[in-house]
Amino acid sequence: MKFGVIRFPGSCDEVDAVLACERVPGATAQILWHGDADLHGVDAIVVPGGFSYGDYLRVGAIARFSPVMESVIAFSREGGLVLGICNGFQVLCEAGLLPGALLPNVGLRFLCRQVNVEVVQSRMPFTADMSVGERLSIPVKHTTGRYYAPAQDLERLDAHGQILLKYANDGNPNGSSNDIAGVSNEAGNVFGLMPHPEHAVDPLTGSTDGLKVFLSMAHAHG
Amino acid sequence: MRARVLVRPKAGILDPQGVAVERALPALGFEGVANVHVGRLIELDVEDPSQLDAMCQKLLVNPLIEDYEILEHS
Repeated sequence: MKFGVIRFPGSCDEVDAVLACERVPGATAQILWHGDADLHGVDAIVVPGGFSYGDYLRVGAIARFSPVMESVIAFSREGGLVLGICNGFQVLCEAGLLPGALLPNVGLRFLCRQVNVEVVQSRMPFTADMSVGERLSIPVKHTTGRYYAPAQDLERLDAHGQILLKYANDGNPNGSSNDIAGVSNEAGNVFGLMPHPEHAVDPLTGSTDGLKVFLSMAHAHG
Repeated sequence: MRARVLVRPKAGILDPQGVAVERALPALGFEGVANVHVGRLIELDVEDPSQLDAMCQKLLVNPLIEDYEILEHS
């Protein structure tokens, strides 16, 4: 399986994302430059964390129109797997590939800490290697991580099983609606989350739980 | 034409910046302040002001979380 990890001006987590993808047995990963609309035949896309285009105007607002994103949008419409982490989640929301938006944390402060997230749905392609109710220890590091969607949209997300991960133990760090940490689109092939699974793939940094996201994607790809 | 676009956080969505400013003012002795919201002002020169609304819808504003008002000045 070949992962493609996008690099925008201002990305900072793309190298860790590549390393995380490469921990999946049999997988390779390559960087995709934002100005190149060619996805180079990759099987899945990771839109990584960082501060794409300086996060000017709104987080993700300008990155969403970069040449590579037009190809990512087309790729997702054909059922391709797209994972957005942190700033990548924000970009996918701005692109309309995921419902909702990310707003400044309720406390207005940059947060950098390990959090526990609870698996709400165990399903292909992103959370199949986890069980419902399982808790994952994964770090968050963001200022704009408060997930927001209008009430009727939240009901639909819940009804369609699109809420995949929630902050566990009343540990919602940023004021996200319904403690949501990660959501998928209705078709299920696009997933965005604020916690950083790519930073939780080695015992040295305290947890390997994040690797399950990448393993799930590989198993879904077959 | 010089145009200005006023972008506000949508009513009903928690605006922590507004809350922080609202709490800070009384601490400086300014009493009687309520309903503070912090938005954004975008100023731009445009040849065709009829395109402003489309610019707002496509890039300048996220209508899910923000309201906007186009203030035109020649």
